Amino acid sequence: MKKILAALAATTLMTSAAISAAHSPVKIGVILGFTGPIESLTPTMAASAELAMKEVTDSGKFLEGAEVMPVRADSTCIDSAAASAAAERLITAEGVTAIMGADCSGVTGAILQNVARANGIVMISPSATSPALSDAEDDGLFFRTAPSDARQGDVLADVLVEKGVKSAALTYTNNDYGKGLADSIQAAFEAKGGSITISAAHEDGKGDYSAEVGALAQAGGDVLIVAGYLDQGGKGIIQGALDAGAFETFVLPDGMVGDSLPAAIGAPLNGSYGTIAGSENEGAEMFQKLATDAGVKTDTYAAESYDAAALIMLAMQAAKSAKSADFKDKVMDVANAPGEKILPGELDKALEILASGGDIDYVGATAVEFIGNGESGGSFRQILVDGEKITTEKYR
Amino acid sequence: MDILNALAVLFNFLVIPAMAYGSQLALGALGVTLVYGVLRFSNFAHGELMAFGTMTTILVMWMLQSVGITGGFLPTALIAMPVGILVAVLLALGTDRLVYKFYRKQKSPPVIFLIGSLAVMFFYNGLIRFVIGPEDQNVADGVRFIFTAGDFKRWSGLDEGIAFRTTQGISILVAILCVAALFWFLNKTKTGKSMRAYSDNENLALLSGVNPERVVVIAWVLAASLATIAGTMYGMDKTFKPFIYLQLLLPIFASAIVGGLGSPIGAVVGGFIIAFSEIAVTFAYKKVIGYLTPGDWVPDGLVQLLSTDYKFAVSFAILVVVLLVRPTGIFKGQTI
Repeated sequence: MKKILAALAATTLMTSAAISAAHSPVKIGVILGFTGPIESLTPTMAASAELAMKEVTDSGKFLEGAEVMPVRADSTCIDSAAASAAAERLITAEGVTAIMGADCSGVTGAILQNVARANGIVMISPSATSPALSDAEDDGLFFRTAPSDARQGDVLADVLVEKGVKSAALTYTNNDYGKGLADSIQAAFEAKGGSITISAAHEDGKGDYSAEVGALAQAGGDVLIVAGYLDQGGKGIIQGALDAGAFETFVLPDGMVGDSLPAAIGAPLNGSYGTIAGSENEGAEMFQKLATDAGVKTDTYAAESYDAAALIMLAMQAAKSAKSADFKDKVMDVANAPGEKILPGELDKALEILASGGDIDYVGATAVEFIGNGESGGSFRQILVDGEKITTEKYR
Repeated sequence: MDILNALAVLFNFLVIPAMAYGSQLALGALGVTLVYGVLRFSNFAHGELMAFGTMTTILVMWMLQSVGITGGFLPTALIAMPVGILVAVLLALGTDRLVYKFYRKQKSPPVIFLIGSLAVMFFYNGLIRFVIGPEDQNVADGVRFIFTAGDFKRWSGLDEGIAFRTTQGISILVAILCVAALFWFLNKTKTGKSMRAYSDNENLALLSGVNPERVVVIAWVLAASLATIAGTMYGMDKTFKPFIYLQLLLPIFASAIVGGLGSPIGAVVGGFIIAFSEIAVTFAYKKVIGYLTPGDWVPDGLVQLLSTDYKFAVSFAILVVVLLVRPTGIFKGQTI
């Protein structure tokens, strides 16, 4: 009796193992801040990533017919301990083999160091932009589809030089984003021969910026670069500087670009310019159509999220394995040339090419091109405020 | 000419903003000092009382604007303010009835009142967020400038402009009117004198027939009115956001303590001292020195004593120095 039982148990185990090998879905973690400061953006980001996963599952060509299953977890955007715990749970309890996330730079770094590296899991972040992540130790596991702020500093400095700006005053919101961006703008602009007369922090959520404006005005400069947030201190600084007649032209990095700023300030903002991540390729339009058809609203970083999820699955297909250790080296291969260009909605075609041993160059919704350390080179939209509206000057 | 340019820079970036800010602080500090003089506790809910009065003013302003009534070239909030004052007074009196009166009967020590006012602060805080939400609201309408920097340059022919906003002018003017009216009330009327007597020596005043409850009611009426006026001025000049009134509590208390808690004249002087030092200490004097000295003496640095990050530290530092050197404040406090 004992023997029969044991044999029975053994066979059951073996069959279930065999069944699960053939049919178990590939689980991919979606770690975003569903609560916290960017909770208004994350639902569309997650929906966009899941859109790519559904596209791949529906094609039936992924790893010989495997299904992709997203598992969501909350990064909170600000609480590193909670984010690490959520990631740990995804890996140990849910068994995810890759992570699409995280979103904010701080928690992304924490998950990478505490969880992803310890478990050897690949992470592709759609929105962490801190320059510090470029040099972080990552064992080749970390990638991001949003360009680093260091890159934006470079692009912005090019814009300034082109516009003939010789000197500029710089103010930034007093946090990691603001400080990182301000430092990169200053370094890039000075390297190109410009001078930054002052680099002063401002606090968000204050009523009165006259002291800050006073200091900026005394330092002087052709323009004022405001590396802040458009509904926060950034707006207050611009309003104060205009009221006092201190500056006439403002340079607006990504945190300051939005329709609410020209609406709040009005005509005096005309002639100010800036940069925001964005690209002109046909992929953006295709993604827009794809999302609209699926009933997903597109917002900031939605396209980057789609691309991050798509890259994970294409790399898995190229490696013919869902294990991070196997496919982490393939991410760069599928993202960059050579190979057939792949746009959003063409994942089906990409899977087929990869299955037959071919090569692809994933362009996606944001013209993904990974540079050296596994981050997107990024394309930027140069904007100009004209007629109290934000208009596109060109892409660079 | 260079001296005039230097003066223009100082006026535009230092004197005018500090005058407006100082007026707003003085109005706030007067309310704090009155409550301290009569009820003998530091009312931590004063910042929120300001926010509440301003909120009511904004609600009435929206109502007026929706039926097409505006202040013309003046902000509409000025017309709405009397209603805001009335509601804030009712709230302050209701709070006194429900909270502070009980402790007065118990003859509780001031620290109990102070903790009670903290609780009241959190209650007001929630009430305001519940009604109007935590976002920015624009309070100012009407004509934005009395004269702009460009106007001034054309008029004077100087290189440096001076801008003077309507709301800055109104803040300064309203502060002068309020302070004058308050001093007249405290010094010339019978009720005002009885308040001062009560504040000076409670027992003696009681023996001379001063009705303590009446004095308390008047103190709250004045404090709530001043709070609403100060809050509306600040909101008009800068922006209304419930959270910033909580932050204003520190400079307001610093003003009241520097001037001498309980002394109205001290509150006014303290308000301007705090406002001027916050801006003057963090100001970069490069341009001014550039105008005042011959050509090549212009320094490379910004000639800034402290970075503007430390603006709030200035109020703290002054507060600490005053408490160490002259704990009663510049004008000997604790009486009105």
